[in-house]
Amino acid sequence: MTTRLDTRFADLARAGRAGLVTYVMAGDPDRETARAILQALPGAGADVIEFGMPFTDPMADGPSIQAAGLRALGAGQTLRKTLEDIAWFRASDPTTPIVLMGYYNPIYIYGVEKFLVDAKAAGVDGLIVVDLPPEEDEELCLPALKAGLNFIRLATPTTDDKRLPKVLQNTSGFVYYVSITGITGMATPDFGQTASAVARIKKHTSLPVAVGFGVKNADHASAVARGADAVVVGSALVDQVKGSLDASGKATAGTVSAVTDLVSSISAGVRGARKAAE
Amino acid sequence: MNAPAKPNSFRSGPDERGRFGIYGGRFVAETLMPLILDLEKAYADAKADPAYAAEMAGYLTHYVGRPSPLYFAERLTEHLGGAKIYLKREELNHTGSHKVNNVLGQILLARRMGKKRIIAETGAGQHGVATATLCARFGLECIVYMGAVDVARQASNVFRMKMLGATVVPVQSGAKTLKDAMNEALRDWVTNVGSTFYCIGTVAGPHPYPGMVRDFQSIIGRETREQMQEAEGRLPDSLIACVGGGSNAIGLFHPFLDDPSVEIYGVEAAGHGLTHLHAASIAGGRAGVLHGNRTYLLMDDDGQIQEGHSISAGLDYPGIGPEHSWLSDVGRVTYLSATDDEALEAFQLLSKVEGIIPALECAHALAKVKDLAPTKPKDHIMVMNLSGRGDKDVPQVAEILGTKL
Ligand SMILES: Cc1ncc(COP(=O)(O)O)c(C=O)c1O
Repeated sequence: MTTRLDTRFADLARAGRAGLVTYVMAGDPDRETARAILQALPGAGADVIEFGMPFTDPMADGPSIQAAGLRALGAGQTLRKTLEDIAWFRASDPTTPIVLMGYYNPIYIYGVEKFLVDAKAAGVDGLIVVDLPPEEDEELCLPALKAGLNFIRLATPTTDDKRLPKVLQNTSGFVYYVSITGITGMATPDFGQTASAVARIKKHTSLPVAVGFGVKNADHASAVARGADAVVVGSALVDQVKGSLDASGKATAGTVSAVTDLVSSISAGVRGARKAAE
Repeated sequence: MNAPAKPNSFRSGPDERGRFGIYGGRFVAETLMPLILDLEKAYADAKADPAYAAEMAGYLTHYVGRPSPLYFAERLTEHLGGAKIYLKREELNHTGSHKVNNVLGQILLARRMGKKRIIAETGAGQHGVATATLCARFGLECIVYMGAVDVARQASNVFRMKMLGATVVPVQSGAKTLKDAMNEALRDWVTNVGSTFYCIGTVAGPHPYPGMVRDFQSIIGRETREQMQEAEGRLPDSLIACVGGGSNAIGLFHPFLDDPSVEIYGVEAAGHGLTHLHAASIAGGRAGVLHGNRTYLLMDDDGQIQEGHSISAGLDYPGIGPEHSWLSDVGRVTYLSATDDEALEAFQLLSKVEGIIPALECAHALAKVKDLAPTKPKDHIMVMNLSGRGDKDVPQVAEILGTKL
């Protein structure tokens, strides 16, 4: 079975460039604005979209994404609405892959089987669920693969060569290499080490490897894109949302463009990376 | 739903996947998994090593002050006019609660693993104080995460931790209480995973913590068995303890789980009442996944975690240890709940009739002793775990009672 993610990464490989994966939070700062951001991302240069499912207790995320989740929940976002938002997006964009990213509890409460059916129907392509390691694959990963969704696993600096095969075993779509031991939006990684980590992972898998955590601007993205199949940007975009809000925390006329401007700039960095390296 | 089948033994969990029935497990970020597997192995090695047991026994006797007495509360028994009530005096331990039993086990394990930096989360501050104490004793760096709200309402414990050389980090996220302190400790652990040992304060979190902390706390029940043989020549008829995460309770219960004649009661915090603000995860929650394990949790219909509320900062966690969730489902332990008001009343009662000021946490258990004991015959022996002393709560209770200190 070929998924939208497979197709997109094959296209990127043919084009000889790295991809840009953008993370934004569903429902942040309100549903309508988040939908407008979602719709504008591909045009600004996003090759793959990660759509965050807000959760009250995002234990592997830093202050930016924590705050974005609380803004979204405060504005009434729910998992059901997040799936509807994706269906709405799919009506006008049949090709850009969308990966849902978040924590397990809202999915567990929604009901795993119902969630997989509804997510597939809405046009979701893959899942990243931070608190489901391979030891808990029976919960969601295996049923998701059966339902035709990719399950993207995180590999980290603590995932050594002995453990990597276990992490990669049921992974599909791409592998997400977390460039630091830490939470989102904090340290900037050593990009030299990141490149050797990607090389190490590639010895174990033919899947594309995306690198994220700590990528904040076009320069970072360009450095990562030289060695990885894709670059992931999240907290920096979520911070653009926050920076654009008015004094009462509401979206302004500049909210969507605050995000898309940074995406365009980072996209240019990603697209120019291989050329710059030649 | 069919009731789960009763097992041959209630004491065999967790299984190799860290589960008690469907509860427990290892729901953590990949960054932590290799560490959790290391910890599981280190604990299994330690358990098999007589030197570790001997080291622990020495400190339990000479530093913690064990065994804690099993005290016949004669005046309370007379006052309530029913069951014969014994109190297991965990409040007499060094640092004033049962928390030190567990911290000792974990700190000795951290030393075996070569970890020099210890992090902990705390609600009332009791676990933080116990951790800071043992870090001082062994010269380890200690960082304690505590919700900013709890920092304000448990000021004397914050000061104690600082005196003991610990760094107390007030957590500003979420509702600024214990749940948020645990999130922040997990974030620290993900960030400093190589150097750091996370000393969890109750029987929750990813496997192996729930089983490991239970093992450390089970000394409470083992001593109770022996002491009761000596005092009465037989097993008690009932056990009762308060349940936050559930470590003092499981510590008392576990050695008795396979004795069918022993009735067992856990008491959750009902706060303002089960239909209002409370922290009774079993009475008012359902199964979900948080902080590394599946267990009963307070949440909304979308799976978003709700804040617990209790007069007692040590009980207002929106979850409960996974073994308790299982014991409730299989019907071995009965979970009751006590409101803030009931706990306050019990707090004053024990102070007046026995000269013992209990922690607000165990005042919840005492509130249900007040209900249950009068319904039992005079030859019924009931043991309540007095998990901590109330010194830390005196200022808060004075304020509620309208007394200016
Ligand atoms: C005296 C005392 N009892 C009980 C508790 C609740 O914890 P657990 O349910 O793990 O025993 C606390 C927590 O701070 C405590 O300080």
